[in-house]
Amino acid sequence: MPAVTYLEAARRALAEEMRRDPDIWAVGEDLGRGGVFGQYRGLIEEFGPERIIDAPISENCILGSSVGAAMLGARPVVEMRFADFALCAIDELVNQAAKARYMFGGQTRVPLVVREPVGLWKSAAAQHSQSLEAWYVHIPGLVVVMPATPADNAGLLKAAIRCDDPVVYMEHKDLWGLEGEVPEEIAPIPLGTARLARAGRDLTIVTWSAMVHGAMEAAETLAGDGIEAEILDLRTLWPWDRETVFESVRRTRRVLIVQEAVRVGGFGAEIAASLAEELHGELVAPIRRLGAPRIPVPYSPPLEKQVRVSAGRIAETARSLLRA
Amino acid sequence: MGGAAAPPGANLDRDRLCAFYQQMWRIRAFEEWAIRGAEEGEVFGTVHPSIGQEAVAVAICGNLRGEDVLLSTHRGHGHTLIKGADPYAMMCELLGRADGTCGGKGGSMHIADFGIAMLGANGVVGANTVIAVGAAQRLKYLRSDRIVACIFGDGAVNRGTFLEALNWASIHGLPVLFVCEDNRYSASTRTADLTAGEGAAARGAALGVETMEADGNDVLALDATAREAVGRVRGGRPLLLVARTYRLVGHTSRDPAAYRPEEEVAAARERDPIARCAALLRLAGIAESWLTETRDAARAEMEAVYLRARNAAWPPPDRAAADVQDVGSPAERPF
Repeated sequence: MPAVTYLEAARRALAEEMRRDPDIWAVGEDLGRGGVFGQYRGLIEEFGPERIIDAPISENCILGSSVGAAMLGARPVVEMRFADFALCAIDELVNQAAKARYMFGGQTRVPLVVREPVGLWKSAAAQHSQSLEAWYVHIPGLVVVMPATPADNAGLLKAAIRCDDPVVYMEHKDLWGLEGEVPEEIAPIPLGTARLARAGRDLTIVTWSAMVHGAMEAAETLAGDGIEAEILDLRTLWPWDRETVFESVRRTRRVLIVQEAVRVGGFGAEIAASLAEELHGELVAPIRRLGAPRIPVPYSPPLEKQVRVSAGRIAETARSLLRA
Repeated sequence: MGGAAAPPGANLDRDRLCAFYQQMWRIRAFEEWAIRGAEEGEVFGTVHPSIGQEAVAVAICGNLRGEDVLLSTHRGHGHTLIKGADPYAMMCELLGRADGTCGGKGGSMHIADFGIAMLGANGVVGANTVIAVGAAQRLKYLRSDRIVACIFGDGAVNRGTFLEALNWASIHGLPVLFVCEDNRYSASTRTADLTAGEGAAARGAALGVETMEADGNDVLALDATAREAVGRVRGGRPLLLVARTYRLVGHTSRDPAAYRPEEEVAAARERDPIARCAALLRLAGIAESWLTETRDAARAEMEAVYLRARNAAWPPPDRAAADVQDVGSPAERPF
């Protein structure tokens, strides 16, 4: 299998889906020039401006028009440029897309994919760096996907496009250039299935998106000390793969949850609470969570470093769990 | 006002005018029963009546084809009824019954009937404008000659979505008929006091969208304007029609609307679209008895609808978890 970047994997998957289904179109700012990160490069040449739609800087309309088009049978891929900018269109996503099927009594579906690039990247500061996945997991009607590898960014994007309900699809900006093997034939990956990133017996690290890579680095360090960490990459946050997480934690009896997002009110809290409710008696150490402090993302590298969860901190926290 | 501009009685299309009169009464009677239902505790949520604005619904929706798409507002009973929805299903929705258009999931503010291409009333002011342009973009992509009609109130012109949607429809050349149903109030505050410049029409023109203005209480003139507007939109471009009307009642059925000067309301009553239509019909030689019987028949129809809905079945409780989503559905696992 050839090595492909995270960005290129998604571009290929989108192109393949668009060849398969003429109801799919993509809409967003600068798509005719390939998109702000190049995720749409070359697509307008193949699919034309009716399917690679250049949008004005009108987030309400980018997302809202996609809701209307989806109600009439289109399957829009909606590029929001940065997850931070998608906040301009919260009404269209939360009040319209997520609720139309339900509040209209099942008369309609809104099959769209909202691509919202997230995460710390190149000192992008407070308005271009957030990871707000927990907001969307909280909204009934939405599916939330966060791929961590090139192969997953191909297979999960295909699955998201084929999903009949609205999907918030959060790619991590710092992973665009990450290379990895991607199958020649990209198959959709079932939504709601975690990936076993590393097998281990001593503790379970539950994580997602770019933090998977920090956790893998930490696991290498821990292995040097004879500690074998199992790493689960959730891939989909709603629905999350409870069965796989529970099975692993029952076995290792120790769990560390790692997220890049602000720890307070984050998705890690939901996982921790679920484990505490059901596995309390089986755990031999307290459930631990790592995430960002509750401060906006600062610009200057030494300041930005303060909100970043490092591999070193993951390893150190894991060791403390083993001592518990 | 408008009555003087109407054609002489002898030239009136009497059948058409009779139909307008009957349809306006059906809307008003539906809402009279909806308000009564709220008073009797049978309608649970908020009802936003359109009493006094019926001519807009009749003229706009009466000029659409069955397959044309409609998006409406929280004040949308009239639009939906004239588009062709079954008043029994609408009333059941207000009463939260299983036979409702949405199975009782939405209520008055979320009535939708996809079977007649009515993509929903909307509880968020101005939210339907951006949904409408996407529906039109899809129709254009399909090379369809269907159009989209999007009705909103004057309050919506101060939302960013109005600007974004008109701009989008303009640059893409989309078949959307934007209808500003101007009843002069943003909930309970005069829109004129909140709106800079020359208002909706000027904003449409600034965005390159052709604009028409009409007396929204003169059903005959508005019908002619709407027919012209629908024809132009079907030609493949957006158009903004501003219909000036007045809400004769409060923002909601519970709102006594005491914030309006009495003389303003009295003047508006003189311009009641149903009364003006009746005056034209008298000019055309229609008997007083027909006018009365038609009104009474509309009220009887909606009374029967209300009484039937009141006896309709409730949705079974397990429907609460249905139609949320396929993947991660609460119906498959009670998370």
